[in-house]
Amino acid sequence: MIEISAYYFGAIALIMIGLYAVLVKKNLLKMLVGLSIMETGVNLLLISIGYINGKSAPILSEGIGPKQAVDPIPQALVLTAIVIGVATTAMALSAAIILYEKYGTLNIEEIRRLRG
Amino acid sequence: MVSILKRSLAIITILIIGYWLAVAMSHVPFGQDKMLVGQYYLNHVKDQTGAINAVTAIVVNYRGFDTLGEVTVLFIASTGVGALLWKRKRERTARVPGSVVLTTGTRFLFPFIVLFGAYIFIHGHLTPGGGFPGGATIATGFLLLYMAFTVYEIPHKGFEVTEGLVGMSYVAVGLIGLLIGSYFLYDWIWQTWHVGTVGKLFSGGFIPIIYILIGLKVGTELSGIIDNMLKEGVSGND
Repeated sequence: MIEISAYYFGAIALIMIGLYAVLVKKNLLKMLVGLSIMETGVNLLLISIGYINGKSAPILSEGIGPKQAVDPIPQALVLTAIVIGVATTAMALSAAIILYEKYGTLNIEEIRRLRG
Repeated sequence: MVSILKRSLAIITILIIGYWLAVAMSHVPFGQDKMLVGQYYLNHVKDQTGAINAVTAIVVNYRGFDTLGEVTVLFIASTGVGALLWKRKRERTARVPGSVVLTTGTRFLFPFIVLFGAYIFIHGHLTPGGGFPGGATIATGFLLLYMAFTVYEIPHKGFEVTEGLVGMSYVAVGLIGLLIGSYFLYDWIWQTWHVGTVGKLFSGGFIPIIYILIGLKVGTELSGIIDNMLKEGVSGND
């Protein structure tokens, strides 16, 4: 049996929930919600990899020296990832708006030209 | 049934992927010190950048070029949304005006939301936050205005000019470092003069300057995205 931390488990569960929505749901907006959930899971995973037991946020104010702070790099990377996530979600949503205007539906099975 | 088959296939795939992720993550110990370059940043962030928030120091100072790319991605996304939703004539089509609570609350809250956003990006080198959350906060203020008033539109001209000028100033601040004989995005304020005391508002070299620029850029761009998404073409679909 494998043992993983509850934080990793939660993050992986979020990724799986999002992937399920992307694979199974037929409504385009629900798939985009799934993508956003997956993104949250990945961000949570990165943040929890950088966590160190008993240490504080990497803001070196009074009483917190370089030895008492968690790893700042995953947090900086997640800051980037969140912004890129917002950008891609905005792009995907505007593509969904165009699809709705053209086909009158968001059901991906009825948008026939998208069929593989 | 096709849908049950498809659904169970999806669940099996997801379980395999989840098991694989869990096995991989079980080899990464949780809560232990795994820092390599992170410890270097933490040890030197105060004398090398003058900021006490290590995260923003990394984002703006150590990896400033990366952040310039990130701002570019955001700019491309905002341009892309504008291009995808482009119509010859577009107007706001909302019919139902906001309720009294919403309009009064918006009038009351909007200045405070903008002030709070500005606080977040001005204090980026001291407190959690920075230009990206600050700009997003400002954009929520404009979203509130859009929801409350059916005829409201952002001042497009001013916003576009601000966006362009701010983006150019970011590159200009970086080029000054190149001009004085160092590298692109060299922290010329902190490294040459050591302005201010560490931990106070006037410190941190060019981090507050760049974060003010990023905050303005993100705020205007996200407001532009909101504006593009809320407007609809009025005559015909083409």
